[in-house]
Amino acid sequence: MSDLNTQAVARYKNNFLREVEERVEEGDMVKMCMQCGVCAGSCPLGPHWQHSPQKIFMMIRAGKREEVLTSDSMWMCTSCYNCIVRCPRQLPITHIMHGLANYAHRLGIAPKGQPTREFAKTFWNNLIKKGRVNELTLTLAHYFANGIGPGIQIALNMQKIGLGMVLAGRLNPMEIFGGHSVKDLNGFHAVLAKAKEIEDRKKGFSA
Amino acid sequence: MADNKFAAYICSGCGLGDKLDVGSLEKIAQKEGKMTVVKNHPFLCSASGVQMIKDDIANEGVTHLCIAACSRRAKTEAFNFPTAAVSRTNLREGVLWVVAEGSDHDEVRQEMAEDYVRMGCAEVKKMKLPEGNPNRDQAQNKRILVVGGGMSGMTAALAAAEAGYEAVLVEKTGALGGFAANLWKRVPFSSPYAEPQATGVEEMVAKVTGNTRIKLHLNTTVAETGGAPGRFTVKLARESGAVSDETVGAIVQASGFTPYDMAKLPELGGGQANVVDQAGLEALAKTANGGAIKRADGKIVTSVVFVQCAGQRDDTGTHLSYCSGHCCATSIKQAMYFKDANPDVDTVVMYTDLRVPGMGEDFYRSAQQKGVIFTKGKASKVTGGDSCKVEFSDLILDEQTSVDADLVVLATGQVANAGVNLDAWTEVNTAAEGGNEEAKVKRSGMKTISVLNLNYRQGPDMPQFKHGFADSHFICFPYETRRTGIYAAGPTRRPMDMLQATEDATGAAMKAIQAVENAAQGRAAHPRAWDLSFPSARLEGCTQCKRCTVECPFGAIDEDEKRFPVFNEQRCRRCGTCMGACPVRVISFENYSCDTVGSQIKAVNVPDEDEEKPRILILACENDAYPALDMAGVQRLSYSAYVRAIPVRCLGSVNTIWITDALNGGYDGVMMMGCKKGDDYQCHFVKGSEMAHYRMSKIGDTLKQMGIEPERVVTEEVAITDNARVAKLINDYAAQINDLGPSPMKGFG
Ligand code: SF4
Ligand code: SF4
Ligand code: SF4
Ligand code: SF4
Repeated sequence: MSDLNTQAVARYKNNFLREVEERVEEGDMVKMCMQCGVCAGSCPLGPHWQHSPQKIFMMIRAGKREEVLTSDSMWMCTSCYNCIVRCPRQLPITHIMHGLANYAHRLGIAPKGQPTREFAKTFWNNLIKKGRVNELTLTLAHYFANGIGPGIQIALNMQKIGLGMVLAGRLNPMEIFGGHSVKDLNGFHAVLAKAKEIEDRKKGFSA
Repeated sequence: MADNKFAAYICSGCGLGDKLDVGSLEKIAQKEGKMTVVKNHPFLCSASGVQMIKDDIANEGVTHLCIAACSRRAKTEAFNFPTAAVSRTNLREGVLWVVAEGSDHDEVRQEMAEDYVRMGCAEVKKMKLPEGNPNRDQAQNKRILVVGGGMSGMTAALAAAEAGYEAVLVEKTGALGGFAANLWKRVPFSSPYAEPQATGVEEMVAKVTGNTRIKLHLNTTVAETGGAPGRFTVKLARESGAVSDETVGAIVQASGFTPYDMAKLPELGGGQANVVDQAGLEALAKTANGGAIKRADGKIVTSVVFVQCAGQRDDTGTHLSYCSGHCCATSIKQAMYFKDANPDVDTVVMYTDLRVPGMGEDFYRSAQQKGVIFTKGKASKVTGGDSCKVEFSDLILDEQTSVDADLVVLATGQVANAGVNLDAWTEVNTAAEGGNEEAKVKRSGMKTISVLNLNYRQGPDMPQFKHGFADSHFICFPYETRRTGIYAAGPTRRPMDMLQATEDATGAAMKAIQAVENAAQGRAAHPRAWDLSFPSARLEGCTQCKRCTVECPFGAIDEDEKRFPVFNEQRCRRCGTCMGACPVRVISFENYSCDTVGSQIKAVNVPDEDEEKPRILILACENDAYPALDMAGVQRLSYSAYVRAIPVRCLGSVNTIWITDALNGGYDGVMMMGCKKGDDYQCHFVKGSEMAHYRMSKIGDTLKQMGIEPERVVTEEVAITDNARVAKLINDYAAQINDLGPSPMKGFG
């Protein structure tokens, strides 16, 4: 168990709902769910999840902290927004799903190797480096995430598309050498740092 | 009284003149119908057509009219002649629009129209102009008695008083307010539906006591009620033993409810320490007076679980099978008591379905906002004590689990204070009247819970509909009961919350006002509120069989010492069930009797066997079936031209003599159409349709004696929306009659 997680447990004792309300993006709306099940029935990923959004919200209210935060359910959300447009209680379900995933990740208890989580990490790390997404390095990092062998296999499969993109000017092979950055990279990093500081304060990670 | 003069008016408008030989219809009215005046008009409902009739009434002394035009349900304003007896012959919806088009059908169409003219003339010959209750001068009292001084009763009394009627308010305890007086707060009645509100009981009591039109009797119960709308006499008994009499025109029974006894719920902790019902929680909240709510042992409550539907919606038959409707919102309100005093109190509302009618959704949301936790689960066991435990199955997470709390609140339901159950009463009473001493004791025991102590033949209280509530038909006829001029209001009528109860009470007061006004004019009450006819019995012929007194769905008929029926006209709804019941046919109305219908049946021209034109009599309830037949016509759905339909007030008014007369007269079949019967009845007179079905099930022997196949007499349930079905029913039945062949009785009549 990570330090952050231990601290969180100590801080909220058994009140997981309060923890979610304070620390998870739009978590204060969880209490408004009326358990109608419309989101569960609307989600295209429904059959593939362990817990539907409806169930996740009920679990939060029932104090099932461990089960929720270590679940891979919210990582399955594809952001289709079907649930949001249908929820009669106007819960920002998609956002809460991402918020929960993010929070679990932050505490270090999100499921290891969960593909969405892995890709999100890769994406984020790529993005913050230069303030913009480097398609080439992002793609390659993604291809080789499972090792050299499979990476080469996927790269070969995608060869044609890649060449086409290069010819169309949509992919610059030179980007492999670090790539270009946003104009004010230091400023961008300062924005991120400030945002993190504010968020930490708001969510009670720092004083 | 001037001599009767009969006239027939035949309309040739609406295409009638194109398809029918109106001249020959006129001849029939004259020769066979024996009408003195016979006229036709190209547009009878027009101003000139109506004027023609009015002139004949004024100048020619016409007293009885047969209008052969459209259905009796159409053009009622045009054809309204209050000083004449009127029969309506349905040539448009009943013939023109339902007989298949084309010259192939000209002959049967004309025959059908001719029969209907014969029937209309025959009917009006037997009719008298209804003049209203002859004893109406004794039914002029317009005061309204309200029994019960709770929220519903006070509302009803105030509503009556504000409408200008004197009210007499009787409350059995020493104070007004009823159940509401024991609440800390009530659920909100108005936007934004977010916070519990003050009950408003004190203001209401002040209004009632300050109203000069309201006469208040505290510590008082109703010892006896007799009479009828416009002339009820009520004996009031004070706790002190004093008795006083009041005369009133109508009664509102607002006797409220009793919470379901939680001692019957030991598995849910009923009777154990720190397990209370909602009333118990109100008491704790009242003591706390806005501060932290404490348990009986003085401990401040830090966690509370509300168990919804405790002893309700029970399908095992042990507890209440229904939902009381208010308790979800009440628990929400009570959870707010805790949250408002201290947001850190854990409040869990455990529900299987949260039912918050009206604007309750907003109230529910408000509670969620305050942090009340709603858990969808079914409690299986509650253990009371210092630390209570609620074991439950979580219906979302699909697991058996439990939650601890300082206090558990059981949301038990409402049990109506509706007085004596008349079914049980009838049984005991019959035994007691038969001299059974034990039954006599039992009977007086039963009577102690009576609210009204009616001295009616059928028992001391209103009949109960379902689950012991004093309702009669909440979907079709809200506010109606089965005792004319007596209206139930509030949770004694059906389970409800306080807002609904106040609306209900206002409605009941308005119904009571209608009842006294109708009574004063000698007219019937709902659903024949315009009706001036009233039942009378030729007692010389009565065999004291008691069928009428037992079968009247509204308890209108009492018995005198010699066991003769005593009709209380203003209690009567004019359904005719008594008329249908009477084996010696001595009961009749001026404009509706065994003769008015019987003569129509006999007037029909029944062709000989070899003509291969069967005749089928339809007796159709005028509330639903007859409108459905009319609608079939409006939609041009054709049905067999061999049927002859007669509207009846209620299937209950069908006297078996009509059936036997028809069959004896050579009809090939009789089809009866009435409203849905049984538990979910739609019969406008509650029991009429059921009685008819019952009676028809008994005529098999008679038919056998006559040598008639029982399939020739059928009874169908028809709803007002059944226009397409009616046409099909008729055609299928006509085909069946065709298969059976001509009636063996043909030619003997
Ligand atoms: S937005 Fe996510 S949770 Fe909502 S329906 Fe789509 S995939 Fe399911
Ligand atoms: S649709 Fe909304 S209210 Fe319904 S279960 Fe899902 S989150 Fe709850
Ligand atoms: S049913 Fe007929 S015979 Fe019997 S008591 Fe009534 S009126 Fe008399
Ligand atoms: S049965 Fe119907 S018509 Fe006869 S007394 Fe009762 S209410 Fe009146």
